[in-house]
Amino acid sequence: MTAVAVFPVFAAQVTEDPVERQVLDIAKDLRCTVCQNQPVSESNADLARDMRAIIREQVQAGKSRDEIVKYFVDRYGDYVLMKPPKRGPGMIVWMGPLALIFVVGVSGFVFLRRRLRPSLPPAPPLSEEDAERVRAARKAGKADKKDKKDKKHKKDKT
Amino acid sequence: MKKYIVPLAVFAAIGGLLMYALYLSMTGGYSPRDIPSPLIGKSLPAFTLPTVADPNRKLSREDLLGRAYMLNVWASWCVACRQEHPYLNELTGRKAVTIIGLNYKDKREDALQWLNGLGNPYEMSVADQDGRFGIDLGVYGVPETFLIDKQGVIRYKQIGPITPEVWEQKLAPMMKKLS
Repeated sequence: MTAVAVFPVFAAQVTEDPVERQVLDIAKDLRCTVCQNQPVSESNADLARDMRAIIREQVQAGKSRDEIVKYFVDRYGDYVLMKPPKRGPGMIVWMGPLALIFVVGVSGFVFLRRRLRPSLPPAPPLSEEDAERVRAARKAGKADKKDKKDKKHKKDKT
Repeated sequence: MKKYIVPLAVFAAIGGLLMYALYLSMTGGYSPRDIPSPLIGKSLPAFTLPTVADPNRKLSREDLLGRAYMLNVWASWCVACRQEHPYLNELTGRKAVTIIGLNYKDKREDALQWLNGLGNPYEMSVADQDGRFGIDLGVYGVPETFLIDKQGVIRYKQIGPITPEVWEQKLAPMMKKLS
């Protein structure tokens, strides 16, 4: 029998260095410009590795997160941010869904109100003649139902 | 019939836009991989780097002021650089432009071997072995080429290889204006 030893590697062991954790936290918001849809924190591209090294140096030099992010934005533009900035054209991305919900909501409201608005005037009260006809019809209807019920009974018994 | 006009118009507008983007990307006018550089109109970041030919000789931004030139980022490991290299040789051969090379994240022996084997279109090349100057320039895919004016200001960035079309249509007219 072969014994298989399992050595679990916990995430905490990899990132237990507080500087490393800070570096990865900043790197996850920066786009790897070579791989484009991956953050710098997850990419194995050479450039991403260099960028992580720069982040680490700057963190160790006591630079703030904003300063480090600005360092990369100055060189690569807003494109390097995983989340578009909340200004300029980036606002379209952030506000677009809200604007869409607003437009759909308002038009839905208007549409429903138009449909629910009573479009017929209330019915005029019945004349005495018509009321008499209704009563007669109701009586006949009841009798009819009773008749049917009786028939059903008979059927069940047989 | 009338109620189909609006959806049809929306469809036509979106379809037209997609067709236009497809057309541009097929003719080379647009690539989703191109990242617009924030450095256009700004001066070249400061650097002091050894030349490839002589590691003891350092070159800095100030040494290049006073004339317009092309800063071409290249590396021996870069496949597309091999593709543009003969054309760079040709441009230098007919004295069309001054090209300064930035040898990006390369080994010196490999760079020298490349220049000896394929020809050297560069007035000189500086070596950026750790890639820090490359990051200052926002380099993310080699080859990239920057047009620098006499005041040392970056005026244009070409991403990807320089082909005869790129040179004739984009770079040559701009270089003419700069020099």
